[in-house]
Amino acid sequence: MPDIPVQDAAYNYAYLDEQTKRMIRRAILKAVAVPGYQVPFGGREMPLPYGWGTGGIQVTAAIIGRDDTLKVIDQGADDTTNAVSIRRFFARVADVATTTRTEEASVIQTRHRVPETPLKEGQILVFQVPIPEPLRMLEPRETETRTLHALSEYGVMQVSLYESIARHGRIAKTYNYPVMVNERYIMSPSPIPKFDNPKLDRSPALQLYGAGREKRIYAVPPYTPVKSLDFDDHPFEIETWSECCALCGSRESFLDEMIVDDTGKRLFLCSDTDWCQERQGVLPEEPPK
Amino acid sequence: MYVAVKGGETAIAHSLDLLADKRRGDRGVAEVSLDQIDQQLGLAVDRVMTEGSCYDRALAALAIKQARGDLVEAIFLLRAYRTTLPRFGASEPLDTSRMVAERRISSTFKDVPGGQVLGPTYDYTHRLLDFSLAAAGERPEASTAPCDVTAALPRVGDILEREGMLEPAPAADAAEAQDLTRQPVVFPTTRPVRLQNLARGDEGFLLALGYSTQRGYGNNHPFVGEIRFGAVPVSFVPEELGFAIEIAEIDVTECDMVNQFAGSHDVPPQFTRGYGLAFGHAERKAMAMALVDRALRAEELSEVATSPAQDEEFVLAHSDNVEASGFVQHLKLPHYVDFQSELVVVRALRAEVEARNRQATLCQAAE
Repeated sequence: MPDIPVQDAAYNYAYLDEQTKRMIRRAILKAVAVPGYQVPFGGREMPLPYGWGTGGIQVTAAIIGRDDTLKVIDQGADDTTNAVSIRRFFARVADVATTTRTEEASVIQTRHRVPETPLKEGQILVFQVPIPEPLRMLEPRETETRTLHALSEYGVMQVSLYESIARHGRIAKTYNYPVMVNERYIMSPSPIPKFDNPKLDRSPALQLYGAGREKRIYAVPPYTPVKSLDFDDHPFEIETWSECCALCGSRESFLDEMIVDDTGKRLFLCSDTDWCQERQGVLPEEPPK
Repeated sequence: MYVAVKGGETAIAHSLDLLADKRRGDRGVAEVSLDQIDQQLGLAVDRVMTEGSCYDRALAALAIKQARGDLVEAIFLLRAYRTTLPRFGASEPLDTSRMVAERRISSTFKDVPGGQVLGPTYDYTHRLLDFSLAAAGERPEASTAPCDVTAALPRVGDILEREGMLEPAPAADAAEAQDLTRQPVVFPTTRPVRLQNLARGDEGFLLALGYSTQRGYGNNHPFVGEIRFGAVPVSFVPEELGFAIEIAEIDVTECDMVNQFAGSHDVPPQFTRGYGLAFGHAERKAMAMALVDRALRAEELSEVATSPAQDEEFVLAHSDNVEASGFVQHLKLPHYVDFQSELVVVRALRAEVEARNRQATLCQAAE
């Protein structure tokens, strides 16, 4: 392994210049004040590609300080390549302590999962968002969707869920499952599995959502009601597995399926590596910076 | 088997090493220098500066070297550097009639004041591989005609404009230009913002869109009013001075496209304009940009907008190759959690269908 680089003198603390951070913080404050509303912001070009977490990285860069402890996960795991890459980025430009332990982290940047360990007050969960507009696949035009949000005109979403029931006998949407925030705005929870949606509801942690390419920030402040859309006769439900985790025996966590041999033999494992290790009583390795 | 998802840290480090190694290539071959890229791959440098929105030949050459000649990757590198630079302010608008033109042609008139100047162009080369280039060897300097660098070069469009045949260029706007790298684009947008987006836009994307207008998807009968390429001075008003000083000279390619327009209920028939501008020598880009700019003015000119090139949201939201490349390639990132969710529901749906079919077969058998 090459040495971990110390903070790069050629760049400002946490990469972004201070004016940019202030602009992003303003957008975050507005987003917190209007839960679920997508605030346009002057998203900057980042040294990581669009679609790889530039929104989340900008949000994290704007809020992080030397006293923070950062955890970065992708698919629930701390050691997936993109999580490693983003953690290395912040270790390089922000000189920040990192951890894999959910409960030790003050800022958790995530892609596609919410940690299984319940979050606490004071923690911030930063989501990387590819398409912030929940109505985008139903209406590609920004001018239209903006009006629909302004008027709370969400019939088109209810109809799409109804069509899914008509076609499949159930709501077949499995991830990026739309939610109603604070009884006002329909919001994309980012492509987390719907399994994680209940964790967003009245969470004690602050949730910040950053979409870099689309230049939008939105937020769910602590203890805000977040309801997954459904119908009285087709209530929202989450995925279940008949198997348990092969390592820790968990039956209550999101399980990833692994194909272990050529005959298609399968094994199920917790997607949240920290949670799984904690249950196994394994001490975490020195967090990869 | 748990190793499959572990080890990202070491794997990335090795991958970076390998990449640097590939970049250098065979150590027996001399390493390419930034000057060589700047001088001998100059059009690549021009494109990277244009779409990277940063006029700096040395940085663009470095980006090209680092990206191993992948220009979209080089554009990305340059953009990511540019974004960290402080802004001092906006320059005065360029006056391209002050250009010292190396090349200047009009296809709407046989001759124009100032003359048709071919300059260095591939237009009249025969595309036959020149095997003499495969061998090293010096070339004699080409002779050039004397050029009066002090005389202004009037734009062809201005001549038509005086007659009222061509719509005037939009009046100068005193308001500070919106910088779309600092403020997000909000639809519907304005022409200056559109032009900014197109100037940064992917050449291939704009070329295809411009081409589509020529094939009937939003046709507006274009003529090249004028294309010019050369050096123009850049002026800036420092706050403490209060008057403009010349701070640089940059090469640009400008295209003023003249388009037919039948008129509307408010405007008598006249020619309309599409505008293209690129850093360095980039005629394909400037022309494509001018075609798309004109197509995007459909609404303003009360034309029926039915084609992709006329659709502002469609064009502007997809023109940027750094955004597009990133989002397309993010599909390489792990998606196994979402895929797991899909597996769970597709299995359940299949089980339901199978159960239903079994039931139906049983019922049939019973009858």
